[in-house]
Amino acid sequence: MTLRATLPILIILAVLAAIPLLATSNSVLNFIVFVLIITLAAQGWNVLGGVGGQSSFGHAAFFGTGAYVSAILQSRFGINAWAAMAIAMGVGAIVGWVIGFLSFRAGLRGSYFALVTLAFAEVLRILANAAGFTGGAAGLLLKLNVGFANMQFSSRGAFLWLALSLVALTLFLSQWIASSRFGAQLVAVRENEEAARALGVDVLAVKLRAITVSAAITAAAGCLYLQYFLYIDANIAYGLWISVEALLAPMVGGKGLVLGPIIGAFTLHGLGEAAKTFAASVPGIDLAIYGIILVVVVAFAPEGVLGVLKKTQLWRKRKAHAATKLSEEAA
Amino acid sequence: MLSVEDITMRFGGLVAVGGASLTVPKGAIVGLIGPNGAGKTTLFGVIAGFLKPTSGRVSFEGCDITALPAHVRAQEGIARTFQIVQPFAGLNVRENIAVGAFLRHRNSADAHALADAVGHRVGLGADLDKPASSLTVAGRKRLELARALATEPKILLLDEVLAGLNPSEIRDIVPVIRSIRDEGVTILMIEHVMQAVMNLCEQVYVLAQGRMIAQGTPQDVCEDPHVVEAYLGRGAAERLRTVGANHA
Amino acid sequence: MYSLDITLEAVLNGLLTGAVYALIALGLTLVYGVLHIINFAHGALLTTAMFAVWVAYTFLGIDNYVLIPFLAVIFYALGYALQRFVIGPASHGDDGNILLVTLGISIVLENALLAIFRSDTRSLTSDFSFEVLEVGPLLISKPRLIGFAAALVVTLLLWLVLARTDTGKAIRAVAKEKLGASLVGIDVRHIYAVTFGIGCATLAVAACLLMPTFYVNPRVGGAFVLVAFTVVVLGGMGSIPGALAGGLFIGVVESLSGLYLGESLGQIGIFLIFILVLLFRPTGLFGARA
Repeated sequence: MTLRATLPILIILAVLAAIPLLATSNSVLNFIVFVLIITLAAQGWNVLGGVGGQSSFGHAAFFGTGAYVSAILQSRFGINAWAAMAIAMGVGAIVGWVIGFLSFRAGLRGSYFALVTLAFAEVLRILANAAGFTGGAAGLLLKLNVGFANMQFSSRGAFLWLALSLVALTLFLSQWIASSRFGAQLVAVRENEEAARALGVDVLAVKLRAITVSAAITAAAGCLYLQYFLYIDANIAYGLWISVEALLAPMVGGKGLVLGPIIGAFTLHGLGEAAKTFAASVPGIDLAIYGIILVVVVAFAPEGVLGVLKKTQLWRKRKAHAATKLSEEAA
Repeated sequence: MLSVEDITMRFGGLVAVGGASLTVPKGAIVGLIGPNGAGKTTLFGVIAGFLKPTSGRVSFEGCDITALPAHVRAQEGIARTFQIVQPFAGLNVRENIAVGAFLRHRNSADAHALADAVGHRVGLGADLDKPASSLTVAGRKRLELARALATEPKILLLDEVLAGLNPSEIRDIVPVIRSIRDEGVTILMIEHVMQAVMNLCEQVYVLAQGRMIAQGTPQDVCEDPHVVEAYLGRGAAERLRTVGANHA
Repeated sequence: MYSLDITLEAVLNGLLTGAVYALIALGLTLVYGVLHIINFAHGALLTTAMFAVWVAYTFLGIDNYVLIPFLAVIFYALGYALQRFVIGPASHGDDGNILLVTLGISIVLENALLAIFRSDTRSLTSDFSFEVLEVGPLLISKPRLIGFAAALVVTLLLWLVLARTDTGKAIRAVAKEKLGASLVGIDVRHIYAVTFGIGCATLAVAACLLMPTFYVNPRVGGAFVLVAFTVVVLGGMGSIPGALAGGLFIGVVESLSGLYLGESLGQIGIFLIFILVLLFRPTGLFGARA
């Protein structure tokens, strides 16, 4: 890991970490925490969908599993919230592996993979909505009981730091993946499966590792959601909304890039908030804007915000270079 | 080292390869030639594990590998290049080669060092940091070769690495191929550029319409009337001989 | 176990619903068969059409059956424009991109409808909605019977258009071999847009047939979209007879699993079928050709 690659990450983390020290407004803190939870879910998606090129439309399956497993362990078995989160991530990873094993073994790719993941998430949603131990349609409520062991904090700032540390851990994990053997093989699989096989890459194993890691991260985001809002039901935990959020953020920020999900999540929700303040009385306006942004990004900036930044940077450099050259010639 | 016994590959009703056999001794450069559509690339696919033959056997260093999947064959030391080059577009040249190097090196510093060395070796030293998609045809062919080489194979299957190159580019790359062999890598190559085949190969197999019709030294094979007919049509050998006689 | 009568009625109801599912899936499978794209906005477009029926009925007093030809033409134009000017240019021909672009369109449509109509559920208030036909012990809803018949007619019409007309031939040519079709002078982008337009027109017809017995709110399309996808994969992607068979089958499955598993679990049968077909028989159960 070079300093040049790590520096932007450290700056972003430092700025976000300083927010609770400067801002006391609950709505600002709420906003940041919520976006960080989305970021974490999206970072999970990015491992599989961005780096690995296997676009999932059903990351709700992992988000919801994380949230439900943690909620059930805490509320029914009285297990410590941290341990519950660890187990929930493990179960999320297993669900990821199983879905991956079934779909990748069947050779599903592209749109087919996207649709089958969506269907898996829907099956889990219907089951959670109907089963007794998940609280059925009424959902599950976590008792308000502030304390470190319960992962509940009296200050929103403390929760922000918790969410931020998980996001930070995942950022460094993503950066490590990018330079590792696993990352190289995963990108190779994304770009050309056949060529990857010729170079000794076990395509199925690489994809399975990716979906397992991806699912565990997104499950952690589900746990965070639960700890912050203390309530989930099937439409929240396994709803299409989180699948879309998880894929939208990396798409907008720059899919496959380490900073893509966090940049994308803050860009999207920043714009959404802005839209809401201008047209507060119009429901759905923020989401409609997300839809437009998605189409625009796919059409004009397939590498997302970071891609655009990189291009303008290159362009400026070239312009500056040309300018010095001109002045040299003039002299 | 590599032996292919009686391979038949059927796609529906079409017999792409019918009962073809060949052997490649350790340390040799063996050529596989034949007219377009003869089934050469299909046979390569079978050897490298991309296609499951309808019948027949592939063995490598004495072991039957017919049932092994492609990536396991690569681990065993069989590397192939593709006729239609397939660079990983999102990666730069060094990272492309490193994907091959990672096969035997888990550590990324080691893999990148090997990738650099292999890159220089095939003449891509100056392009290591460029995106793979920016390479010329000749550059992509070299990249294809470099990636396969970076897996440190025992045998290298080259599928028309010279096709689409101009004569001076061919002149540059032929010694590279020979030096790879000289370092102990056995080579089986599909090639249309006869000058290179004559120059490099000790032994040549000729595949036509899915059948092995001739084998021998490049000279023998070129003079074999069956081979001439396979390329130029029935009666061609006869006509050529008459033309030759008239000129004499 | 329920009595034979109840089961029979469930099967019959399933068939009636299934025909409309088939109609909804028809557009999806046609678009898939020709453009090889999965149109995620299909559900939202259906919702839009259903709102159009509701507005025409409630404010303009236009009968939903009279509306059919007009709405079909409007939606044809809408679909044509969407494909020609938005989906086609924005997706650069990559199927993953198309999925994302159509997802974007569906989000925009749903939320635009939400902004205009709010989240209330609406339905047509007409006596005809509740009229029934008594056949022995069975009660058959008249509007659903009309829907069933109309769905069959539209399917047949579409099949005839594809088989007999020049446009139909051009569509089939593009579906089979895009490059070849363009080489013989077929304007591929135009045919793509025409196909997408036809897909949307079938949705408009479906909306007119559905509204008397169904309700509409901005999210209602979501309930149909996965059902339609299931019908399409079941029938074999791109197969029109397959879509019909798949639609009827899914209608019956849904009706029976609703009867035996209850309302909340009822839908699970559809998704399980969807997953199983994709995993084990991606060419579909009925679409041997696909």
